[in-house]
Amino acid sequence: MKEKPDVMQGTLTLMVLKTLDALGPQHGWGIARRIEQISGDLLAVNQGTLYPLLLKLEHEGSIASGFGASQNNRRARFYRLTAAGRKQLQAETRDWEQTAAIIARFFQVKAEDLP
Amino acid sequence: MKFLRRFFARLSNFAAGRRADQRLQEEIAEHLAFQTDENLRRGMSPAEARRQAVLKLGAAAAIREDHHAEHSLPFIENLLFDLKYAVRMLLRSPGFAFIAIATMALGVGATTAIYSVIDATLLHPLPYPNPSELVRIQDDLPGVGAQDVSVSIPEWKDLENSGIFQYVALDYFASMNLTGSAQPTRIAYKGVTPNYFAMLGVGAQLGRTFDPGDNTPGVIPEVVLSDGLWKSAFGADPRILEKTVRLDHDVYQVVGVMPPGFRDQGETSEERNMELWVAGGFADPPFPPPLRNLRFGTAFARLKPGLSVASAQAHIDALVASLKKQYPADYPAQAAWTIRLIPLAETVVGNLRQSLILLFGAVGLVLLISCVNVANLLLARASARGREIAVRQALGAARMRLIRQLLTESLLLFLLGGITGCAVLFCGRKFLLQFIPESLPRLNDISISWAVLAFAIVVSVAAGTIFGLAPAWLTSGLNLTETLRQEGRGSSGSRQRSRLRRALVIGELALSLVLMIAAGLLLRSFSDLFKVPLGFNPSRVMAIETWLPFPNDPKANIYSTPTQEAVMLREVLRRNRTLPGVEETAVGDLAALPLGHVKDDLNMFPLIREGQDVQSSQPPLIDTSTVSPEYFHLLGMTLLRGRLFVDQDLEATPSIAVINQAAARTYWPNQDPVGKRVRLSASKPDWTTIVGVIADARTESLADAAIPQVYLDLYQRLSNDLAFFLRGPVDPATIAAQVRTQIQAVDPELPIFRAETLNDVLSSSLSVRRFCMEMVALFAATALLLAGLGIYGTISYLVNEQSREIAIRLALGAQRSDILRMVLRQGLGLAAAGAVLGVAGALIVSHLMAGLLFGVSPYDLSTFVGVTAVLTAVAIAASYVPALRAMRLDPGTTLHSE
Repeated sequence: MKEKPDVMQGTLTLMVLKTLDALGPQHGWGIARRIEQISGDLLAVNQGTLYPLLLKLEHEGSIASGFGASQNNRRARFYRLTAAGRKQLQAETRDWEQTAAIIARFFQVKAEDLP
Repeated sequence: MKFLRRFFARLSNFAAGRRADQRLQEEIAEHLAFQTDENLRRGMSPAEARRQAVLKLGAAAAIREDHHAEHSLPFIENLLFDLKYAVRMLLRSPGFAFIAIATMALGVGATTAIYSVIDATLLHPLPYPNPSELVRIQDDLPGVGAQDVSVSIPEWKDLENSGIFQYVALDYFASMNLTGSAQPTRIAYKGVTPNYFAMLGVGAQLGRTFDPGDNTPGVIPEVVLSDGLWKSAFGADPRILEKTVRLDHDVYQVVGVMPPGFRDQGETSEERNMELWVAGGFADPPFPPPLRNLRFGTAFARLKPGLSVASAQAHIDALVASLKKQYPADYPAQAAWTIRLIPLAETVVGNLRQSLILLFGAVGLVLLISCVNVANLLLARASARGREIAVRQALGAARMRLIRQLLTESLLLFLLGGITGCAVLFCGRKFLLQFIPESLPRLNDISISWAVLAFAIVVSVAAGTIFGLAPAWLTSGLNLTETLRQEGRGSSGSRQRSRLRRALVIGELALSLVLMIAAGLLLRSFSDLFKVPLGFNPSRVMAIETWLPFPNDPKANIYSTPTQEAVMLREVLRRNRTLPGVEETAVGDLAALPLGHVKDDLNMFPLIREGQDVQSSQPPLIDTSTVSPEYFHLLGMTLLRGRLFVDQDLEATPSIAVINQAAARTYWPNQDPVGKRVRLSASKPDWTTIVGVIADARTESLADAAIPQVYLDLYQRLSNDLAFFLRGPVDPATIAAQVRTQIQAVDPELPIFRAETLNDVLSSSLSVRRFCMEMVALFAATALLLAGLGIYGTISYLVNEQSREIAIRLALGAQRSDILRMVLRQGLGLAAAGAVLGVAGALIVSHLMAGLLFGVSPYDLSTFVGVTAVLTAVAIAASYVPALRAMRLDPGTTLHSE
């Protein structure tokens, strides 16, 4: 069986921030499920690793948390993006696109294209 | 920076750690609940739903662990854990903890006490800004064997103009009588140049100091008071600056009061406790005429900023060379005049430096021995805890982890010891300070400051690390199976451990032998000093000092001729003779007070011998005292040739002198000095005839018998600083008041001060030596005690270890006396090894301290042999108890219990 690729260092942060940006306040399980859905089960996110990251992001001030009720009326901790988090998301998105573009160019260039 | 930020983040996490962990736990539980619900909805059975949810989440405990490790400080957590464990272990064996802590408290406390003295004296001797710029300027005439001969006024001007100093100041100290209140009071004052305080860099708390630009050639009619005098004599009068004071019949304006903490510089406690300062130009009367060969004051200077003492010295050497060329008559080649710049800090401590370093060395050895003792205790405990350690190792504890934990325990012990030592020192500081001789410089500044506390903590931690490491290393490095198999039966620990214990005891014995030999040598020197024939008889002699005023205005001086002074003195002596108990009386100047005067009280005069010392040569300087005729008889000094002074020698009769044998031997070798004529001043033409020679007496220094002396007749020569001598069974408590009444009946403006018996004077002249000797002896006794305990512990341990062997020997028919001898032999072996090492160390140390010894060779055989014998005796005594125990061992029980 082929191994599912690990989440690249730092990309999980971007995924979490983007999820909160897209869906608005979410609880931890919701974020985990969303990441799973979008990646189409291709990515092996060990769901447990999400929580230390959420703690860290909250400690750094990118996200904030508070209690709320879920759809099935379970009391849960909800996370939302802060202004700082939004800024961080923009910056990281830019960085990511830049990195992706550079890598993409490397794949396009063939040997004969070189002067 | 990033590292620091992370560290602080972790530190705050460390505090909040429990909360974060709890939160993670809650969130994971919540997540599992969501996922289980979801799985249930998908139609799984409840058990399967839960199982799948957990699988999907991953290892929750590992996640929490990782998070914890990443966001907290495992080092500090472990430390706290180790500390808790260490405290528990110590509480479990309170006897061991008490002995170890007390031993370290002794070592660290004693070391800290001596360090506090060193900190105040050697390390921070000068309480002035930029103290490294301050130097003392010392003139020497090595060609005629004279040192520190003062500076003449033209030389002072030359130094001021040399361009390398900010200020060059002169000072001398003397007495004045403060009159105007109920009792005339003698004031110790310093006469200085107006730039003196500017040179020190210290200002007044009230008013001002002298104006450094003041060019008055004579005395400036202004005084600066010390805080102490302002409070004691003027009741801290806030309007003191509007007042004038009357000193030696002259009137001075008070211009300033120095701050309470100000202490003057100087070598003696009297100089440092100055009460008053007067300034002047040192050029016009009452000062002597400014002649190049008339040396007058002690010079101090502040170097230009950035100039080192060495490069300043080079400038001075060049200046001296050019002055010698310019004034060949004043600086004859054979005198070899030189000027030396000495950092002022060095002169404050002076010859005490060696004693203080010796003390510090001695106390350092005590510290070392207490550390060794505690290390030994730790090793002994290690063998008792071998099983515990082995079990922990078997359960998977890493060696480093074990070492860290054992080290935490020893560090805790050493630190607790250090803290206890400091606490005891702090509580007992008032009591302990009494033992420090008053002549120690900066006595009042000795305190337990932060620097001293930091020293104690650093010493404790360093000692704990060094002496805790070896036991921890050896304890943790057990052979598992062997230990677990053996320890259950209470038998031997590792061979390495017992070898280390033996080495430690040998070291301890060697160190204490070094200390004991040092103490023995000092003790011998001290008792020799006391037994030395003095050449005079100090018993039942009282000395009471007075000061005759010496006003600046010659017309106000009622004692301006020797005859005027003699009339008063004879009357006081006659009255003193009538006091109860007084058998004999005499009077002399301060230089005549045996062993009781400081260097500035000495009168060093040039000795110009008729026909020998021609004008151009530099005459030798000689120590001169001025005494009344009864002085020699009162002090029991023997006349060898010629005659002594008699009542018929007066101002009008030819001037006469008596010299001691050392002077006769030095200056008139193989001749009869009686009848020879000398001049004792370069500027006055009159000759003085030597009429007698007396035997040498140790009046200058107990350690030196043969210092040339000249005695002049007080009735032929003026002297202002006087001491009355009374011999007889007088009551020391009341005699001072009685003498005061008699003196003031003759002149009501004369004060008396410092009434002391000559025996007290003599013993206080030895105070620093005695202090040093007593401290080293105390340290040596402590060291011996600790070494005795050490050898006792080790032999007991060895006996314990060998109990099985001993039992078997006994069972096989060994004699009990053989067993006793066997154990004692082990103790003796340790003592012998310690003695060999100790004697070698002591030879080095005694060689270094030769300068502190008197009358005893640094390699004194009897001291070395005696002290080694004492140490051996103690070692045997300490081994005897365990040896007895071994001898009385019951083979049956011992072998059964195994």
